[in-house]
Amino acid sequence: MSVTNQNAPQDVNGLGPVPEERLRVRSSARPVWDEEPTAAGKGLKGLALVLICAAVVVPLYTVLLTSLSTQATITEAGGLVLVPGELTLEAYRQVLSGGVVTRAVLVSVGITAVGTAVSMVVSVLGAYGLSRPGSYGHRVVLFTLLITMFFGAGMIPTYLLVSNLGLIDSYWSLILPTAVSAFNVLLLRGFFTGIDASLIDSARIDGAGDWRILAQIVLPMSKAVTAVIALFYAVGYWNSFFQATLYINDATKQPLQVVLRSFVLQGVDVPGAVDVGSGQVASLAVQMAVAVIAIVPVLLVYPFVQKHFSSGVMIGAVKG
Amino acid sequence: MASGTRVERPGERAEQARPPRARRAPKTRTGHLARLRRDRSLLLMCLPMVVLLLVFAYVPIAGNVIAWQDYSPFTGIRASPFVGWYNFERVFTDPAFWAAVRNTLVITLFQLVFFFPIPIALALLLNSVLSSRVRVTVQSIVYLPHFFSWVLVVSIFQQILGGAGLLNRLLEAAGFSGVEIVTNPDTFLFLITSQAVWKDAGWGIIVFLAALAAVDPSLYEAAAMDGANRWRRMWHITLPALKPVIVLLLILRLGDALTVGFEQLILQRDAVGQGVAEVLDTFVYYRGVRNGDWSYAAAAGLVKGVVSLVLVLAANKVAHVFGEQGVYSKR
Repeated sequence: MSVTNQNAPQDVNGLGPVPEERLRVRSSARPVWDEEPTAAGKGLKGLALVLICAAVVVPLYTVLLTSLSTQATITEAGGLVLVPGELTLEAYRQVLSGGVVTRAVLVSVGITAVGTAVSMVVSVLGAYGLSRPGSYGHRVVLFTLLITMFFGAGMIPTYLLVSNLGLIDSYWSLILPTAVSAFNVLLLRGFFTGIDASLIDSARIDGAGDWRILAQIVLPMSKAVTAVIALFYAVGYWNSFFQATLYINDATKQPLQVVLRSFVLQGVDVPGAVDVGSGQVASLAVQMAVAVIAIVPVLLVYPFVQKHFSSGVMIGAVKG
Repeated sequence: MASGTRVERPGERAEQARPPRARRAPKTRTGHLARLRRDRSLLLMCLPMVVLLLVFAYVPIAGNVIAWQDYSPFTGIRASPFVGWYNFERVFTDPAFWAAVRNTLVITLFQLVFFFPIPIALALLLNSVLSSRVRVTVQSIVYLPHFFSWVLVVSIFQQILGGAGLLNRLLEAAGFSGVEIVTNPDTFLFLITSQAVWKDAGWGIIVFLAALAAVDPSLYEAAAMDGANRWRRMWHITLPALKPVIVLLLILRLGDALTVGFEQLILQRDAVGQGVAEVLDTFVYYRGVRNGDWSYAAAAGLVKGVVSLVLVLAANKVAHVFGEQGVYSKR
């Protein structure tokens, strides 16, 4: 096998710089045995990739641009704006200067922060508690966790429970019922189990207990996977919409997604958000500004975590 | 040394690692109490998780008992009278329930055909891109919508495909008549599937890319030496490498056959009407939470839960029969 691999480009690079001419003729990444695709094939592939990316980017672009456009530009365009006209931050100023949307943003930020913290503490502890081979009772606990992946109690009994616990209109109703995701715990556990046992053993010989091993050895080694799981939980809390319609009746406690829904999808004029004096329904710019506000936190965190979406971790998760 | 008196966990030390059978032997020799003492901090760590699971996952499972009751919130679970299988009889003889079942299965089937293959095709396309910079850029763009909320996705689709949306404006500007997509029951399947594709098809490629990355490149090289062109290499090497993942995801999807994007549907149910958009989950929600027919809705939900469980177990069994690993196996 090593003989045939000598032709692979990595090995060529290992031997020294590849001659400039060779790079120009073929992509240096293409193995020598791989035939060069036709120009048409390459063109089609490039076109497909551009179209796929455009399908994601163009809608976001037009939403963002509309939120930044003046009413005149929007009226001229007849709706979502594709070509930039006059720009203004007026919509954001209106939305964020107090009122329903501002409050909803604060509610969502609070729920996301507290919820993610609760979920991460519970999940990391649980995952480590389950990750030491042969520990007492771990089979029972693991089974308790796994069953929840295959059998859900259903919406009605869960609702009645939350209601009987007196959590209706409490922010905890948006956190506690979904605080533990078996999927995320298993993903963490899979990673913890994979940590070299000799590291943990040597720490134990040095007198470290399980709490200390978790805090000083396991967690520092698992930054990537904990970042990914934290993102999963945070996005879950930030995006959750239905639980709030189920458990939160108080209009002043609604999180952002519920406001976004009533504002954009149901066309409800949210009081306090629009006071242009014209008495019209919410202008498109304001609606799109709310949508952008719902995206921005995701966009801010995404680049830092995205590089960790390494495939091995995800496969482990799917495999359970 | 403090650790001298410690009871070792079997298999914990790297040098003691043995196959599972051998591992179990010392366990029986150590007493329960000693092992409990040894692992008390691990069990303590599991405690918050177990408590949350018991309260918010297992208590509601027990709460399904109202499906056999004539439950009313005023009398409570304890005082509500038991009515045997009456609620289940109502569910099974209710045409509205069967309509919801049919809608759910139609959506599942439609998405199995028009959603499921797309991440595979995308992964093959991306895998064939040589430049890692292009690959990483495209990946990070197509993963992104997975992290948007359904409210946002539906909002964007409504703004673009809706009656006064971008698409209709462009069509009218080009001299065509407008199309009605967002509120049209006939195009509903297409609408929700394209939303699902936009949101999650990109994210779906991750597992396939991982499987592709695990293929030994020398297989391709050997095949090329033997004269196999790129299509034959894809057919004989790439696709077999993807088969276990495809089977796994198919099982998961079939096990979830009765679950179709709940938030996505409840957001659009009123716009297109119950005729096509009422699925099992929305049916349970409207019957229970909205109409207050708690016992009936719990019975319908329980039927769904049990059938789903049976589906997962059956799909897994089928996978084992076909020699695939499946979701879980006896370890």
